[in-house]
Amino acid sequence: MIAEAADEKPRDGGEGLTFWFLGLVLLIILPALNVLPSDDSWLHVSDFTLNRFGKFLAFAILALGLDLIWGYTGILSLGHGVFFGIGAYCIGMHLMLTIGTESVYGNDLPDFMVWNQVKELPLFWKPFYSFWVAVLGAILVPVFCALIFGFLAFRSRIKGVYFAIITQAVALSAWLVFNRNETNLGGTNGLTDFKQILGFRLSESGTQRALYVITVLALGGAYFLCRWIIQSRAGKVLVAIRDSEQRVFFSGYSPATYKLFVFVVSAGLAGLAGMLYVPQVGIITPGQIGVLPSLEMVIWVAVGGRGTLIGAIIGAVGVNFGRSILTNYFPELWPFFLGGLFIAVVLIFPDGLVGLMRRLTIGSVRKTLGLEKPSAASEGAQP
Amino acid sequence: MSNKGSIIYLEEVTVDYDGFKALNNLNLIVEYNELRVVIGPNGAGKTTLLDVICGKTTPASGRVIFGKDINLIGKREDQISALGIGRKFQAPSIYANLTVWENLDLSLKRESKGIFATLMSKPTATEYRTIDEALETIGLKDHPHRLAGSLSHGQKQWLEIGMVILQDPLLLLVDEPVAGMTDKETEQTGLLLQALAEKHAVIVIEHDMEFVRQIARTVTVLHEGAVICEGPVEKVQADDRVREIYLGRQKVAYT
Repeated sequence: MIAEAADEKPRDGGEGLTFWFLGLVLLIILPALNVLPSDDSWLHVSDFTLNRFGKFLAFAILALGLDLIWGYTGILSLGHGVFFGIGAYCIGMHLMLTIGTESVYGNDLPDFMVWNQVKELPLFWKPFYSFWVAVLGAILVPVFCALIFGFLAFRSRIKGVYFAIITQAVALSAWLVFNRNETNLGGTNGLTDFKQILGFRLSESGTQRALYVITVLALGGAYFLCRWIIQSRAGKVLVAIRDSEQRVFFSGYSPATYKLFVFVVSAGLAGLAGMLYVPQVGIITPGQIGVLPSLEMVIWVAVGGRGTLIGAIIGAVGVNFGRSILTNYFPELWPFFLGGLFIAVVLIFPDGLVGLMRRLTIGSVRKTLGLEKPSAASEGAQP
Repeated sequence: MSNKGSIIYLEEVTVDYDGFKALNNLNLIVEYNELRVVIGPNGAGKTTLLDVICGKTTPASGRVIFGKDINLIGKREDQISALGIGRKFQAPSIYANLTVWENLDLSLKRESKGIFATLMSKPTATEYRTIDEALETIGLKDHPHRLAGSLSHGQKQWLEIGMVILQDPLLLLVDEPVAGMTDKETEQTGLLLQALAEKHAVIVIEHDMEFVRQIARTVTVLHEGAVICEGPVEKVQADDRVREIYLGRQKVAYT
């Protein structure tokens, strides 16, 4: 019976518990430590740290969506930076418009438009005076784009490496479009210098703390959405597509519909992540949405562990945390470190950190119980 | 032979792969509740025949009629599957990272296999019972929660047969079911297929002549994309052309 159980791959067991524990820490303990202890206490979490975590957790929302499509369904998208970027620019445009006459040039128009001698606000900017249009747009515009692109790609049965390459091409062209001054989205410098959101000053720590809490709640919601999907029969169809798409056809499902669904959900989550990212970081530029950032997002998921939701979260937070520490001390080493990390994941721990932890804990539990057969190496080492 | 009451009717079907005719004006009729075995040397077009029926390959010309008057040409694989044609592939084609139970649950015939239905619905009590029965039939009732990828080769073949049974198809296409099975497994598979033929029409492709003798009532021999002989096993084995192109060649190979 025990041997039988050991045959089984550990499923989602334990993941729920980890999630509730993390939720408690992120939602209550961290903000409390930011507010309550005095500034010089060792328990104090600085505004800077809290804000930094808010950014990582926004990335984690994107990673969940990417994991849904790559980890569970086996479709590698190298263009999720675009969906992130669209969400980010939607809210960014709203924040630009609320600056009003506080801007450097004191003009109602955003500074970069004054600089580019644009006399009148372009038509597509106008709806973004409304906060709710910006919020809905940040999710629905990426969803709509994914719907069109996914419909064409999946109906033509584009898959595997071809899908990856095409999404990468999309990321490159999006980057080029956003870079152009003529696009009227701030060109290379992007959108920045935001002052307020819904009347709250972005420079105040209370506003940032609220944004942090909203991000944690959004991450929780995204987690439950993804969990609900993967535990439903539809979620099993996604895994089935990864295992044997041909068989899925003959089981009577249309893989294209399911792929489109998961692609659209993950695009919506990426847009949500972008929307939460911008007011916390204060800037969005094309550099954050092109080919390289899209690749990095894939690495977060790979490092954390594909095919486990908690792995995607751990990967996004862990890699970005590592990045912010390393770039402090050795800024020029980060790309090498990131590349090395990716190689290590591919060669040494293909199931990511979560897989590694599982292997270690299961291994040590079995050893303690005396179930582990001594390996050939340890046998050889004995005299 | 008339096409009245046939479950599948292929007329003058030609499949052309860049000049190579995998099927060449092939005609084939299979009746309801028939167990038909298709044999033929490598490259005779046996698997292509199944590909055409289930929509994986579109023929260059000809007609493929399912049941009374449903034209299958131009339909997608999942649409054809929904009409009631199930397929078991040559290499076991199962979902390795799902459990045995989940494999069967996904295959089960349901009214809707669209995204919203599968997101919302939970298996009903009747469905649980149907799956349990299938587990019993395919000898996997002790392993419902094992990952399908960890099963033995023979168990995987059976699981796939179970998945196809649960689709409750009118016509079952089975491609080399006993390849790589032990003698005992082969015999059990033969019994299973014969039991299935009570309720479904079955087309089996097979190389193993002993197995063909065990299960076959009517045998169709394919050669170079066309039917060259059809009839009971004894008649087919006595046919000179069949001996020459198929059995004869095999004999030479074995001596």
